Amino acid sequence: MTEQLIIAGFGGQGVLLIGQLLAYSGMLMEKEVSWLPSYGPEMRGGSANCHVVISDEAVGSPKVEEATVVIAMNYPSMKLFERSLVPGGLLLYNSSLIEEKPSRSDIRAIAVPCNDIAKEVGNARTANMAMLGAFIGATGMFTEDVLVEALRHKLGASKEKFIPVNRAAIAAGMTAAKAFE
Amino acid sequence: MRQMMKGNEAIAEAAVQAGCRYFFGYPITPQNEIPEYMSARLPEVGGAFLQAESEVSAINMVFGAASTGARVMTSSSSPGISLKQEGISYIVGAELPCVIVNMVRGGPGLGSIQPAQSDYYQATRGGGHGDYRMIVYAPASIQEAVELTQKAFDSADRYRNPVMILGDGCIGQMMEPVSMPEYKKPDDLGEKTWAATGYHPGCGRERNIINSLYIEPDRCEQHNLDLQAKYDAMKEREVMAKEEMAEDADIIVVAYGTTARIALTAVRKAREQGIKAGLIRPITVWPFPEKEIAAAAQRCKAFLTVEMSLGQMVDDVRLAVNGCRPVEFFGRTGGMIPGVSEIYDRILKIKEGL
Repeated sequence: MTEQLIIAGFGGQGVLLIGQLLAYSGMLMEKEVSWLPSYGPEMRGGSANCHVVISDEAVGSPKVEEATVVIAMNYPSMKLFERSLVPGGLLLYNSSLIEEKPSRSDIRAIAVPCNDIAKEVGNARTANMAMLGAFIGATGMFTEDVLVEALRHKLGASKEKFIPVNRAAIAAGMTAAKAFE
Repeated sequence: MRQMMKGNEAIAEAAVQAGCRYFFGYPITPQNEIPEYMSARLPEVGGAFLQAESEVSAINMVFGAASTGARVMTSSSSPGISLKQEGISYIVGAELPCVIVNMVRGGPGLGSIQPAQSDYYQATRGGGHGDYRMIVYAPASIQEAVELTQKAFDSADRYRNPVMILGDGCIGQMMEPVSMPEYKKPDDLGEKTWAATGYHPGCGRERNIINSLYIEPDRCEQHNLDLQAKYDAMKEREVMAKEEMAEDADIIVVAYGTTARIALTAVRKAREQGIKAGLIRPITVWPFPEKEIAAAAQRCKAFLTVEMSLGQMVDDVRLAVNGCRPVEFFGRTGGMIPGVSEIYDRILKIKEGL
């Protein structure tokens, strides 16, 4: 098993964090993982993306060319990376910000209203967590608990108070992904 | 326990574990997490971090700290490493140990900030003046970067010579699971009796003088011959390379660092298609694994060297192969990373020509 993921959006949407939490969760599942950020002259509002590989064997190329999963948090990202998906690959797109439909019909596409979910759970900054929830809902690659453990590690003890709202966003994202299909 | 670490941070922590207590540097992308990490970490262990006013200052501060026998490191990326070359030459001449990290980016000049391997000549041929060499480790994963960083301090002390970690923007910026090994100093590394730690009458030793000036040419020649004996010992003992599926391979890809990982995926893909491809990955790019490649040349039919440059290491591969097999080259440069499919296509093309 080798999952190759591209996660993209605009700076400030937490796309690098989505990638880190996926990689960290993979590590907790005893997989081999890599996380490679784009580190050009990015800024808030500019584009940001990262590549994550989760595999049973030692990770070869950390750069993803043929993605099995693309997570697009905004329209330019969907437009740019949809074509990187292998046939049958999974596209998760943030339908709160993307009105357009994916152009490919040979992929599995799931619309996730990330920003709407985030508002519903009471913290607009949890849109990326909603997307992570949708990812595990759609793939079953790991459980909500593994993801929360990864998040806990990333946030550190001082941010424990933010765990419940993030967990709520993850749960709502899972439900949204399952309901879509 | 495995933890996710960025290459730059992992290298910094590995250095601290290996007893590095001094770091002098100047910021440049894509290695900034090393000084950032050191600035917080070194004071915790009684060390010192200093952001110098330039790379030239930083390397000369390394010269000073190394003279006292301390374990010291600096890091930079391509343009900054160019600025350090004078200091590196002096440190070699004065026979001092230190570790220098280069997270290579696109060049020449300011170039780009994306990953590159176009500093290979500079790293392996001596970017500064004079007849000198240094061990150059080229890690291909974060775990390996950690292990090689610790080894670098030992090798530097063993030979009283700078050691370089040659990474690239990808190695610096990527995160992977790492287990930080418990550092154990090798038994053969004794006290640094040569260190200039302050002489006073009755201190029980002669004055230690740290210097790279040998004004009489006959003495300077002898100094160079003594240095050469160290380089010969490094060539004899320090070569590291990893072979993957190379034993029965018709086509052997030679690549190092990040490029070797991408090449490995291409080699795996070729094997799935029934093409006997293999990989030789130099871990030390100096000393270069010439014997390993020469031996492989007796078994395989062709070589493909892949680099993030327009062809530098390929010279060393050709020297090792010595004309007995064709050596093809593929490279991307300026910060562009070669793709698996691009490398695979080259393997395919070579296969068709066999």
